[in-house]
Amino acid sequence: MATMIEIKDLHKSYQMGKNSLHVLKGIDFSAEEGELVAIMGSSGSGKSTLLNILGLLDVADSGEYLLDGKLIKNLNETKAAKYRNKFLGFIFQSFNLINYKSALENVTLPLYYQGVNRKERQRKAMKYLEMVGLKEWSHHLPNELSGGQKQRVAIARAMVGEPKVILADELTGALDSTTSYEVMDVIQKINDQGNTILVVTHENDIAHMCKRIIYLKDGVIEEDKKIKQVRASEYVQ
Amino acid sequence: MFSRDRWNEILEVLTTNWFRTVLTAFGVFWGILILILLLSAGKGMENGIKGEWGDIATNSLWVWTRNTTLPHKGLPKGRSFEYKLQDVQSLKDKVPNLRIISPRNSLGGYRGANNVIRGLRTGAFGVYGDFPSFIDQEPMDIINGRFINQSDINDKRKVAIIGEGVKKSLYDIGQEVLGTYIKIQGVNFMVVGIYRKKNLDGDGEEAQNQIFIPFTSFGQAFNTGDDVGSMMITAIDGVSITSLKDRIIKVLKEKHKIHPDDRRAIGNFDMYEEFSRIERFFVALNIMGYFIGILVLLSGIIGVSNIMLIVIKERTKEIGIRRALGEDPWSIRKQILLESVFLTIISGMMGIIIGAFAIYGINALLDANGPVDMFVNPTVSLGVVTIALVILIISGLLAGFIPAQSAIRIKPIDALRTE
Repeated sequence: MATMIEIKDLHKSYQMGKNSLHVLKGIDFSAEEGELVAIMGSSGSGKSTLLNILGLLDVADSGEYLLDGKLIKNLNETKAAKYRNKFLGFIFQSFNLINYKSALENVTLPLYYQGVNRKERQRKAMKYLEMVGLKEWSHHLPNELSGGQKQRVAIARAMVGEPKVILADELTGALDSTTSYEVMDVIQKINDQGNTILVVTHENDIAHMCKRIIYLKDGVIEEDKKIKQVRASEYVQ
Repeated sequence: MFSRDRWNEILEVLTTNWFRTVLTAFGVFWGILILILLLSAGKGMENGIKGEWGDIATNSLWVWTRNTTLPHKGLPKGRSFEYKLQDVQSLKDKVPNLRIISPRNSLGGYRGANNVIRGLRTGAFGVYGDFPSFIDQEPMDIINGRFINQSDINDKRKVAIIGEGVKKSLYDIGQEVLGTYIKIQGVNFMVVGIYRKKNLDGDGEEAQNQIFIPFTSFGQAFNTGDDVGSMMITAIDGVSITSLKDRIIKVLKEKHKIHPDDRRAIGNFDMYEEFSRIERFFVALNIMGYFIGILVLLSGIIGVSNIMLIVIKERTKEIGIRRALGEDPWSIRKQILLESVFLTIISGMMGIIIGAFAIYGINALLDANGPVDMFVNPTVSLGVVTIALVILIISGLLAGFIPAQSAIRIKPIDALRTE
């Protein structure tokens, strides 16, 4: 198994007026290809900050970050955008769909930035919408979809560019438990195909549907353990 | 390169809030409309004033005689003198680059006593003894018959070319004119031509009330011999008559023993200088039109920029999402600049189209109600429209630049956190 993510001694501070808030205080961990990792911790533990740095949406103050073996250092915004598009897929708690675009158009966006032609974009987007069970809803606008459906569109969008790693930040935070399990069922199926997925969550049951849990506390890893995965399909009717 | 997706995106964004887009566009529409109307009004005035000159050879100088004001070579001041036909040859010999010299004599004219009779009808008209070359300097349409020719000059034929105004005064409608006789100060002249001058109005009416007869016939009939009342002198193309004026006056002064410092004796009117002054006035008027129009347009552009900033603020989260998904900052900047340029061009084009209709309407009104003094055929040239389009593109880029910069300055993570 190849190492998809490797970080060494990662530090991150935020300047809050005259005070500095040290959020990440030397994080070391790695994730192999095909892993499904939950990152847990209380509010302010640094889990979202870590995910943002891994997602190249934010920059660490110090430390080393290797993504698919490539050292991520001193990236300008253009290059960072290219890397995000090529290597990473994002799933957000608030779905972050573009409201005036249909589900299909939302899913095609990463491919558009890759320069894929229109026909191919639509073919691929439809394939992933079908995979998340939303083929019939492809031409609906986000405000015509339920929370679970929106998140499944977001999952399809994260998948469509066939990234190496998918980063999910509280992906079930805005969903009821039944819908959360349905979404996790989709995530597990994607993971079964070999995708590396990192899920930031504060929900224990969701974390136990992953294969490994990393607990963060006050900016350091408190515990990193492999667990027996609970299949979400057992809870989905 | 054309990208259908990019343009779909632009249309989607602009049509999401129709009312705001229309209001934003209105500023630019209004600015360009004012610019077009101001420039066309300026052009209308220019056409009106230049129309007064007709097709006259503007690179010309009129000279006539006045009493001397300084004694010279034993001759007293206050002396009157006349040019002679030989002066024409002297000028041709001593002043290079002259194309045409037309000596002329005249009698009567505007507000003068009645001097022309035909049957029971009389009229006061300007009567000019001219050479055939005069028509090259002051073109006129010969609508019937002919102008003076060299045979008329050589044979001192008593023929006359009359203006349309003269015809109206002395003849009934539909009456045959050519071959009939008119009596100019008691001397019969046969009408051989009718002209219409191109001057449009104002003096134009006076310009149609003239009678041209051969210079030599004039001398014989009215006893002026070789005397010349005035001369119209035209320089060759590429040489301004103004640059030759001093030499012309010097030759005439030497010929007629006039003191070199006598500034009054040689009366002259430099049409080139006068025309250049008018041209300069219209250049200034044009600049003023552009200045005012562009200032109005500028307020529209500030409006577009302002609204674009608001739109960018509203779309901050969307921009964050796009960047998270891999859109690079250049693409975002390009998108915003294109939106701004597109909006500016569309609204500007509307301004140009409505402006064109307004100009068409004004022209139709002028045609229907007759000419207005010093205002003829207001138009804008294709050049002006091209300049307006260039201004619009630059304006659109300027209007979009600040919002585009502000859109890419914000970090993706901060943009995503925006609610």
